[in-house]
Amino acid sequence: MSQTFKIRKGHDIQLVGAASTTDLGTVEATTYAVSPLDFPGITPKLAVKAGAQVKAGDTLFFDKDRPEVKICSPVSGEVTEVKRGAKRKILSVVVLSDGQNAFASHGSLNVSSASREDVANFFSNTGVGAFVTMRPYGVAASMNDLPRDIFISGIQSAPLAGDLAYQLEGKEAQIKAAVEALKALTTGKVYMSLDADAPEVAALKDAGAEVNYFSGKHPKGLAGTQIAKIAPINKGEIVWTVNAIDLPVIGQAVLTGEYNPEYKVVVAGSKVMNAGYVLAKQGASLGAFIGANINTDNTRVIAGDVLTGTKIEADGYLSFGKSQLTAIPEGNQTEFFGWVTPGFGKFSMNKAFLAWMFPNRKYDLNTGMHGEERAFVVSGEYDKFIPMDIYPQHLLRAILVNDIEKMEQLGIYEVVPEDFALAEVACTSKMELQKLVREGLEALRKEMM
Amino acid sequence: MKFVQNIFDKTRPLVEKDGKRNILYPLHNAIETMAFVPGHTAHSGAHVRDSIDLKRTMVFVIFALVPALLFGMWNIGRLHYGAFGEEMSLMDNFLFGALKMLPMIIVTYAAGLGVEIYFSWKRNHPVNEGFLVSGLLIPMIMPVDIPLWMVAVSTIFAVLIGKEVFGGTGMNILNPALTARAFAFFAYPTWMSGDKVWINTKGGELVDGFSGATAMGDLATTVGQGLGNPATEAVMSQFADGGTYSFMNAFLGLIPGSVGETSAALILLGGLFLVATGVGSWRIMVSFFIGGLTMAGIFNAFAVNEFMGLNPLHQLMLGGFMFGMVFMATDPVSAAQTATGKLIYGFLAGFFGIMIRVFNPAYPEGIMLAILFMNVMAPLIDYYVVEANIKRRAKRLAKA
Repeated sequence: MSQTFKIRKGHDIQLVGAASTTDLGTVEATTYAVSPLDFPGITPKLAVKAGAQVKAGDTLFFDKDRPEVKICSPVSGEVTEVKRGAKRKILSVVVLSDGQNAFASHGSLNVSSASREDVANFFSNTGVGAFVTMRPYGVAASMNDLPRDIFISGIQSAPLAGDLAYQLEGKEAQIKAAVEALKALTTGKVYMSLDADAPEVAALKDAGAEVNYFSGKHPKGLAGTQIAKIAPINKGEIVWTVNAIDLPVIGQAVLTGEYNPEYKVVVAGSKVMNAGYVLAKQGASLGAFIGANINTDNTRVIAGDVLTGTKIEADGYLSFGKSQLTAIPEGNQTEFFGWVTPGFGKFSMNKAFLAWMFPNRKYDLNTGMHGEERAFVVSGEYDKFIPMDIYPQHLLRAILVNDIEKMEQLGIYEVVPEDFALAEVACTSKMELQKLVREGLEALRKEMM
Repeated sequence: MKFVQNIFDKTRPLVEKDGKRNILYPLHNAIETMAFVPGHTAHSGAHVRDSIDLKRTMVFVIFALVPALLFGMWNIGRLHYGAFGEEMSLMDNFLFGALKMLPMIIVTYAAGLGVEIYFSWKRNHPVNEGFLVSGLLIPMIMPVDIPLWMVAVSTIFAVLIGKEVFGGTGMNILNPALTARAFAFFAYPTWMSGDKVWINTKGGELVDGFSGATAMGDLATTVGQGLGNPATEAVMSQFADGGTYSFMNAFLGLIPGSVGETSAALILLGGLFLVATGVGSWRIMVSFFIGGLTMAGIFNAFAVNEFMGLNPLHQLMLGGFMFGMVFMATDPVSAAQTATGKLIYGFLAGFFGIMIRVFNPAYPEGIMLAILFMNVMAPLIDYYVVEANIKRRAKRLAKA
């Protein structure tokens, strides 16, 4: 039985520079980079050395503590470099594409005849397991865990997000295969959440998962919001989340054994010259594409959306798990008495500006903080943006004082950093909420291991 | 504005870590960030941020205070000249009051910010905006003739003991402005109560029958006299229509009292502004009002003296009730922080405020004491509200 949930707490941040379904071609990259930094909570151990030949789907590195968590190469070619930072921390593994796009042979997966273990191993070995995130902790899932349920979010509600129906066009078979395989990984249910306010994406609806609908504001598209409404997580339980945009990659692996993380990446934002969609593989070097399509003068280029994305350099790479590129101006200008001006036309989710009178206005937001960090003063501010049955401020205080028991009691198992992104935008005291939540989750995980 | 920026850029090396005047760094930073919202960009988490910051939140409270403050200044002058039976122009009244108030405001800010800046320097963090509001609240809840040094001592006590010992803005348990008033009230009682301190009567011949008492003071004299006692008739007639403390006079603020607290109408105007801009909590204001009305209603129904028998709405217009409701109880740091908690906290603060005022007429500042008491209780209220959430979660776990 499908249900419809209305999300009233939240906010749709409207930005200028939305993409229409314009095809911008393909990113023809020669180098690809995969960074362990895109996988919070894993300690990377290299599976290859510089100079090694790899095929698409060969493991580049894995998690030291959970070796079944493997991150694979998106293309075939030669590993040219392992970039390291302070204390020899691995920053990225760079692969020079040979242009052949040869796939490592994993063979296809026959879900109906395979055991759960077979499916888990297959996910792990082909690299598609990395698209599955586990809660609690918000880290790449270990395929050895048995999740209570799996939640697929078929909603992209973040600012300037792509049109999922367009991005998934022609992938019906792969999506179906992916959902079928995911079903074999849990004894519980595979849930699919769909947008009640947008045209139905038939490929997702008919994929064979249990469908629920969400209407209202962002964060309706976040798995955290959906889980909280459908079946909240309890202490000791593990659930997995998957983004619908990743289903075709999983599905292709299941059907053919090929790891081919290729996406129609939405390119949007006020600094983008041609907003639209470009076909690109995960990890692709974006230098040439950005140079041609984005005005890079005092610009922040973000892999992902403005709420949760990763800042990348103008010659950077497409980060793992991101199918969106956003470019907005840097906000490094001071503003004379900016805090006391009436602020017509300024963006705010707070009633102290007149923005609330114009809910449909689109903004050209920059990266400015618009103030300095302060202690918590205003209360009840975060509640308006987190549609879950938790007390965000109390949870954050528990994290600040590292009180593990209190964190558990207040529901830290139910959240990951992205659930606090909107509250972070709204915060009067300019606190770094996502960072705090991540720290809390890390502290908790350390305690549990 | 380039030349202003240049001044800051030029002087910055002097106050920076190895500069000669490092102790002034927080002050320099405070003024600079006030003049220019810094061009910091987001480094972690979300890449865009709301335009709101604490400076704006705090300055909106000051905006909300301005009508009551200006009225209070005028009222000082009006009462002063009225004591001599003189009628002066609006401007004369206002100027007299302004000259009384401005030194108090300046002394409060100087004393309070001095302490704040010292601690900012010691603790190596920027000056918080919290005191911008406290610094204006304190003179507004003092009697007009209190010596300036008492204002300074009370302010320093409030900032030091009320706030900094707990870790500064955001960590305090008690409302700093009320702490200052409570300190003054108990340390210098003769300057803080009675019928000599509310109206400036220097430099003139008092008119016959002049009384410098407040409505609260007069009402207190009726306690123990029973209902309908002819001895209280003279006092109670002042509360009837046309009397000094009539409902209308109390609502408009044409009565003696602390400088900023008398005009219920203008305080409500400020309250509406705070609620409309989302800066003040409507939950606290509304529940505070209902709490006060409930207690006053109960007293009215079971009245054994004239004070208890006063019309409940009239009761709320007197003393510091409205000011406490809009500006004191709503301090987000010392109030309850959960939505449900705010309702309980506001209701009880209003309820106890009227109760203390009527039961113990020696403390006409019942509102102040009630809010301070509820400040202390607020974490407990929140504890139980949050505990309910924790229990709900535990129950869900037990079921699973």
